[in-house]
Amino acid sequence: MADKAYQPEEQSAAMQFLDIVFLLAAIFGTLLLPIYLHLAGAATETTKIDNPTWDLLKQTPGQVAAWTALGKDPASAHDIIQTRFNYVIDWPTLIAVAVILFLYFFLLFRFSDSEYRDVIAEKFGGGKK
Amino acid sequence: MTAATTTANGAPQKISLLRVLGPAHVWALGVGIVLVGEFTGWNFAAGKGGTLGAMIALWVCGLLYTAVAMIDSEVTSTVAAAGGQYAQAKHIVGPLMAFNVALYLVFAYTMLEASDAILVGDTMVQFASDMGVTGLTHHSFIVFTVVFLVWLNYRGILATLNFNFVITALAFLSIVILFLSVQPWSQGAVLKLGEMVTKENALPYGWLGVIAAMQFGIWYYLGIEGTTQAAEEVRSPARSLPLGTMTGMITLLIAATMTWYVCASLLPWQYLGQTVYPLYDAAKATGSWQLQYLLFVGTVLAGVASANGCINDAARAWFSMGRDRYLPAWFAAVHPTYRTPYRALIFLLPVALAFALIADINQAITFSILSGVLHYTFMSINVIMFRNKWPLGTIRRGYVHPFHPIPAYILLLLCIVTFFAIFLGYGTQLIAMVAFYAIVSVWFHFYRYQYVRRGAQFTMPWPKPVGY
Repeated sequence: MADKAYQPEEQSAAMQFLDIVFLLAAIFGTLLLPIYLHLAGAATETTKIDNPTWDLLKQTPGQVAAWTALGKDPASAHDIIQTRFNYVIDWPTLIAVAVILFLYFFLLFRFSDSEYRDVIAEKFGGGKK
Repeated sequence: MTAATTTANGAPQKISLLRVLGPAHVWALGVGIVLVGEFTGWNFAAGKGGTLGAMIALWVCGLLYTAVAMIDSEVTSTVAAAGGQYAQAKHIVGPLMAFNVALYLVFAYTMLEASDAILVGDTMVQFASDMGVTGLTHHSFIVFTVVFLVWLNYRGILATLNFNFVITALAFLSIVILFLSVQPWSQGAVLKLGEMVTKENALPYGWLGVIAAMQFGIWYYLGIEGTTQAAEEVRSPARSLPLGTMTGMITLLIAATMTWYVCASLLPWQYLGQTVYPLYDAAKATGSWQLQYLLFVGTVLAGVASANGCINDAARAWFSMGRDRYLPAWFAAVHPTYRTPYRALIFLLPVALAFALIADINQAITFSILSGVLHYTFMSINVIMFRNKWPLGTIRRGYVHPFHPIPAYILLLLCIVTFFAIFLGYGTQLIAMVAFYAIVSVWFHFYRYQYVRRGAQFTMPWPKPVGY
C-alpha cells in the first residue's frame, strides 16, 4: 500500500516571480557574463610574420588559388594562417576540472537517489529504505 | 501533455497537445535541428585538429551517436512520454537528475538556436557583401529570425513542422547538388584534396589535435535525440520515433561525409577551421555563381530549420518542468487557441537573443555541445540503472538493444574523451557551464523541490524497481 501522499503548498505569484528572477540571474551570471567580460572562449595564439607572402606563410599553389578565390591576400590571410590553439596542458587545472565534474555527477546521482526513494515510497509504499 | 485551464463559466478544462505527427515530421524535427551542423560548426574541428583530424572525429562521433541511438531506442520505446529523456530520468534516476536533463535539453537547443541565428545573420551579411552591398551588420537579421520563428511556434506545431519538413529537404538538396556539381569522382577537375591536405598539414597538432577535434565533431549529429521530445504529439510513437530517428541518422551520415569531402578539397585547413559558413565558402571557391547562390539559400534555410526545431524542443522541455512544478507553474500554461506552450516560448526568447547578439558562434556552439555531452554522460549511466532496476522480462519494452552494457561503456568513454577535448581550448567555458548546473541543482534540491509532488511523478505502469 502506498504511503500518504505529500501535498506541496501552492507557490504564490510573488515567489514564482522571484524564482524566475533567480533562473535568469543564474543563466546570465554564469554563462553570459564570462563571455561578455572576455573570460571565456578559444585559447589561441597568433605568431606574427612581418610582410607576409604566400611563401612565408607556407601555402601550396592550390591553397594560394583557394585563398584568392575567397578574396584573401597574404596580409588578410596572415592572422587566419598563423593563429593556433595552445594545447599546453596545465595539469593542476585539468585535475581540478576533472574533480569538479566528478563531484557534480556524484552529488547529482546521490541527491537524486534520496529524492527518488521518496517517490517510490509514496508510489508503491513500504517506507523509505 | 495536458494543462488545466478554466472555461468561461469557471469549470476546469484539460487542454492537451495534439497528436498529429508522423515519421516524416519526426525525421524533419531531428534532421532539421541537426543538418545545420553541416553548414556551420563541424569545421571548427578542422581548426582544432586539422582537416584529417576533423574526418577522424566525424567517424568516431558517428560511433558515439550509434551508441546514443541504440540506448535511446530502448529507453524511449519503453518510456514513450512527453519530455523524452526528461521523463526517463524521472522514472529511472530521480527528480534532480530529471531537472538537470531537462536543462541540458533546454540549453543544448537554446544555444544551438542562438548559433543558428548567428549563422543566418552572418551569411546574409557576407552574401550581401559579395553582391557589393556593404555596411550591413548581422544584428537585425538575428533578431528577425528568432522573433519570427518564436511567433511561428506560438501559432502551432503542425504548421511549424510542415514548414520544417520542406526547408530541411531543400537544405539537404543543396548539399547533394553541390557535391554532384564538383565532380567528386574526378579529383583534380574541381576538387583538389591532395593540394589542400598534405602530409605536413593533415594533423597539425598530431593525435592530441584529433582528440581536441572531438569537441566539434559532435556537431555533425548533436540534437538528433531531440526527436523524442515530440513523443506525446506523435500518432504512433513505437513506430514513428525509431523510424524517424534512424532515417535521420542515415541522412546525417551521408550529408556529413559529402560535406567533409567537398570542403576539405576546396578550402585550406586554416580557413576551414574558422569560417562561419564553410559550405557557402566552398561553393564560392568553385567560382560558380550558381552554386554560390544555391549554398547561400541552403545555408540560410538550414539555419532557419534548425532554429525552428530548437525553439520547439526547448520550449517543450521548459513547459514540462513547469507542469511538474520543477519550475514555477506559470510556465505550464497551454495556449487556449493554439494549444502551444506559449509562456515557455516567450521566456526563452530573450535568452536565445542575448547569446546570439553577444557570444561568438563558436562560444554558443561550445555551450550547446557541453550540455549535449553532459546529457550523453547521463544516458550511459541511465541505461545501466534502467536494466538493473527493471531487468529484462519484468516490463514490456518496445525494443531491446543488443550487446548491453558495451554501448553504454563506449558512450561513457567517448564522453570523457570529449570533456577532455573541450578542456583543450575551451576550459573556461567548461567550468562556467558546470558551475551553472551545480548552482541550479543546489537551488532545486534544497529549495525548489518542496513544491513538487512525490509519487505523482512516477506515471509508468511498472512494478516497483529492484532494490527499493
